[in-house]
Amino acid sequence: MSLVLIVLLPFVGALLPALMIRAGRNACATSTFTFTLLAFALLLSHAPAVFRGEVVQAGWDWLPALGLNANFFLDGLGFFFAGLILGIGLLIIVYARFYLAKDDPMGSFYTYLLLFQGAMVGIVLSDNILLLLVFWELTSLSSFLLIGYWKHLPEGRQGARMALAVTGAGGLAMIAGMLILGDIAGSYNLTDILQHKDAIQASPLYLPALLLILAGCFTKSAQFPFHFWLPHAMAAPTPVSAYLHSATMVKAGLFLMARMWPVLAGTVEWFYIVATTGLITMLVGAVIALFKDDLKGLLAFSTVSHLGLVTMLLGFGTPMAAVAAVFHILNHATFKAALFMNAGIIDHEAGTRDIKRLGGLLHLMPVTATLAMVAAASMAGLPPLNGFLSKEMMLHEAAATAWLGNGWVVPALATLAACFSVAYSLRYIVHVFFGPQRSDYPHTPHDPPAGLWLPPALLVVLVVLIGLLPATVAGPLVAVVAQAVIGGALPDYHLALWHGVNIALALSVVAVVVGLGALHAYPRVRAVWQAGPHPEAKAMFDAVMAAALALAQRVTHGLHNGSLQRYLAFAIGAMTLAGFATFIGASHEAGTRELLPAEPVAVVAWLLLLGGCVLTVMFFRQRLLSVLVVGTVGLIVCVAFIYLSAPDLALTQISVEVTTVILILLALYFLPKASPLSSTVSADPLRHLRDGVLALIAGGGMGLVSWAMLTRDGSSLSTYYLENSVSGGGGTNVVNVILVDFRGFDTFGEIIVLGIAALAIYALLDGALHGRVARRLSAWTPDLPVSVDRHPIIMVVATRVMLPLALLVGAYIFLRGHNQPGGGFIAALVVSIALIMQYMASGFGWAAQRVRVNYHAMIGAGVLIAAGTGIASMVLDRPFLTSAFDHFHLPLVGEFELASAMAFDTGVFLTVVGAVMLALANLSRMGRLTGQRPVNRTAMDVDPSMGMSKEHN
Amino acid sequence: MEFLVATAIGAMTAAGVYLVLRARTFPVIIGLTLLTYATNLFLFATGRLAVNLPPVISADAAAYTDPLPQALVLTAIVISFGMTAVIVVMSLRAYLETGNDHVDLPGDASPEAREDDWKLLGRKQGEPAARAAAGLEERA
Repeated sequence: MSLVLIVLLPFVGALLPALMIRAGRNACATSTFTFTLLAFALLLSHAPAVFRGEVVQAGWDWLPALGLNANFFLDGLGFFFAGLILGIGLLIIVYARFYLAKDDPMGSFYTYLLLFQGAMVGIVLSDNILLLLVFWELTSLSSFLLIGYWKHLPEGRQGARMALAVTGAGGLAMIAGMLILGDIAGSYNLTDILQHKDAIQASPLYLPALLLILAGCFTKSAQFPFHFWLPHAMAAPTPVSAYLHSATMVKAGLFLMARMWPVLAGTVEWFYIVATTGLITMLVGAVIALFKDDLKGLLAFSTVSHLGLVTMLLGFGTPMAAVAAVFHILNHATFKAALFMNAGIIDHEAGTRDIKRLGGLLHLMPVTATLAMVAAASMAGLPPLNGFLSKEMMLHEAAATAWLGNGWVVPALATLAACFSVAYSLRYIVHVFFGPQRSDYPHTPHDPPAGLWLPPALLVVLVVLIGLLPATVAGPLVAVVAQAVIGGALPDYHLALWHGVNIALALSVVAVVVGLGALHAYPRVRAVWQAGPHPEAKAMFDAVMAAALALAQRVTHGLHNGSLQRYLAFAIGAMTLAGFATFIGASHEAGTRELLPAEPVAVVAWLLLLGGCVLTVMFFRQRLLSVLVVGTVGLIVCVAFIYLSAPDLALTQISVEVTTVILILLALYFLPKASPLSSTVSADPLRHLRDGVLALIAGGGMGLVSWAMLTRDGSSLSTYYLENSVSGGGGTNVVNVILVDFRGFDTFGEIIVLGIAALAIYALLDGALHGRVARRLSAWTPDLPVSVDRHPIIMVVATRVMLPLALLVGAYIFLRGHNQPGGGFIAALVVSIALIMQYMASGFGWAAQRVRVNYHAMIGAGVLIAAGTGIASMVLDRPFLTSAFDHFHLPLVGEFELASAMAFDTGVFLTVVGAVMLALANLSRMGRLTGQRPVNRTAMDVDPSMGMSKEHN
Repeated sequence: MEFLVATAIGAMTAAGVYLVLRARTFPVIIGLTLLTYATNLFLFATGRLAVNLPPVISADAAAYTDPLPQALVLTAIVISFGMTAVIVVMSLRAYLETGNDHVDLPGDASPEAREDDWKLLGRKQGEPAARAAAGLEERA
């Protein structure tokens, strides 16, 4: 399990820096360092097993149905990369502590860094390719944060966006490729996939999968023509560049190519795509690097070039080239990270990293200069450093490779790239540290504190050690890694400085001589370069992005003009189309089910309903009228429920109907009482025609579907409920038992929704009681004639008399609900109506004084009681909301039954009452704001509880 | 009977759809209410129609109608009440904020949206559109 911990530790650690920064920058860096160190130590604890050639596995099933499992495995390759990521990560953390300025937010820096680190470790240790993809996308996102860390710099933001767009697009392509690959292999586990070389390469989908996966690798590893994002990512702080572009992010593509090497490599397609891309990238990167004046720009293109080199080696597809690739990944990581940190030091201390403004730093910064010279010499491929060794191996392999039957293309171009490589590496030394000292450095350069130079120094020591004693220092590691990449027997190779005089040595000598010559004649070489064309990748990228954005905007604005009417018309049209598409395909003639006779009463009700529909449509502008008519329609629906054996529904419908009408009327008090003339048919006949046609089609469709359904028999689960209602739920009203017992979980969710709706209403209305809206309301004059009698005595008396009766009815409906039509919902609505009548008749002030219930608390209590009932059954080791019931006998009362569902129904009751009252009471509260109209002093406006005399004084 | 129910569902749907497509919030609310009736009745009808067979277990009942659609529709009625309440209050608040009960944002493509029927005091014609435009500029 410690394997999983290696991946998780950085993510856990990422939570801390933001907190630790309060304790100071050192604490912040220390906590980051500690977590990385722990992960690194855990990784090293697996070293013995890995070097024995074992594969360590750990993980658990996550979504097995999708083939997505959180499986990790550690072999030589994963160990090597994880070691690079965490090891160089440690150095970068120290370096960044000293590099970042006082006003840079260090907490977020380390958080991003750890997120990125965790994602990278996740990529290299994932066994499941879907999991790998998740981490892959995470690196794109976290590197976006890192590259754009200096948010105030437009270059930083643009660079981050470009990196995200390019690597993100590649990542999308890779998802498709990986899915195809997993499909061919029949498993999404790398360890399985790697066993299916023949099946994968024989599959007709091999080429699409290869292209898609390579698109991901090439974009991530900045291969030509996707190399352009990497130099722009240099706007990031130097620790980020050093981390992302030496050992981690850009190596992810290489890692994946190495990981997939056993199953993907070795074909003609692989060779021509990968090796050619690598070769071109190597050459292009090296050439551009020579003409970059920005130190980090130079290093960026150099990185591109070296990534190309490794890609080319992997593309060769031979075991020997794979060994060389692995070795060069190691060497490049050491010298390039050192050089990036070095460039950062120069920038930090001299105030610029423009080569034209530098020079002569050798005596001013002797330590920095020494480190730079060793590392750059290794980058140039000079003996006795590690860069020399792997470059020799590369040239040796290149010399043995034929391209389209041509034996000299690859070695010639590789050597040419090596020439440029020598030239730009030496330029880094000569033009920065040699030459006369200048007087115009932006800052006076001097060596930095140890915190800045020690991390690169450690790497430089490695550079030298690997160079001098390759077989001892790097031999075992290279062997175990190469073994993992090749997946078979290792070729016969020998890591050594001196292989005798051979073709590789000759090509190396050529490269050094030509490189020195080019540097010697640098002004002239540069003039030639300047004369040539320089396609600017950023301009092209920006143009493409601008075009894409413009297209997206045209499409979006064309479809989305902000008109709800249009959206609804589209939505309803689409739904109708979808409905008819399936309806027309099936048989939809009337079925053979025996029909019920239409009683004359039913026909009358039906006519009323149709008339109501027509009236609402005709007079929709008269709002009060439409409320009344629609209320009538609702009543008929309610009657239909009674008639068609659904007493519970009828009770619910009628009480909801009343509540809704009250609510709408309260709102209508403030809203305009009629729609404006522009809503008439004559104002916009076309729109009304369109809507009318749409409405008729939709209505006709619903009618036909209903008819087709009602004339057929259907099967239902209901027998189960009917049979088990009494024995399992302890109630004879099956509908209620379903609600509070069988499907109690649904009801539980429903009351929560209702509670949330009430809170939303409260928020909407409460906001209207302050500020601008409140001022408007207080200046509002009613647009309807208002009765002089605010609280008509008949209504006041009637509602007060009815209150206890209504509460009694509510209690009755509630109690009998389990066995007869009724229940918590209906009881709650009845009680709410009785209460709201008090608000309406006697005014908000009067009612609020007396009903001292916190409706918020009531909703909460209801939900809690319902949840408590459910949890109680869990305590008794039954599933959530299992109900229990028993029969009791009380003297006088007789036999009665108590069911736990009753408690649940109480929760429902409380929530519904709370929700309805919260909404309606707040709506009526708004009425108070609408001006201070004189209180009528007639006897009608009497508060009986205050006594008559007081009112008359 | 089945014919009556089917046509009633169709009629309420048609009226509901037509009203939902109107430009002012109030008819939209009414339309939604009608659509709710239609949908609930339709869901209820999936249990087929039965007269005098309420799903209340008793010894002398010969048969019962399907209780499951009833339970689902009961939930649907209450939920749609919650939805209606939220929409009503939303339209009220929107009207109080903008002085306009058009369903589209003021200043949008629809010419109707620009028309103002603000009845509250201290308000001049055309003001909301101007203020909305200013708000958009601020956001941009």
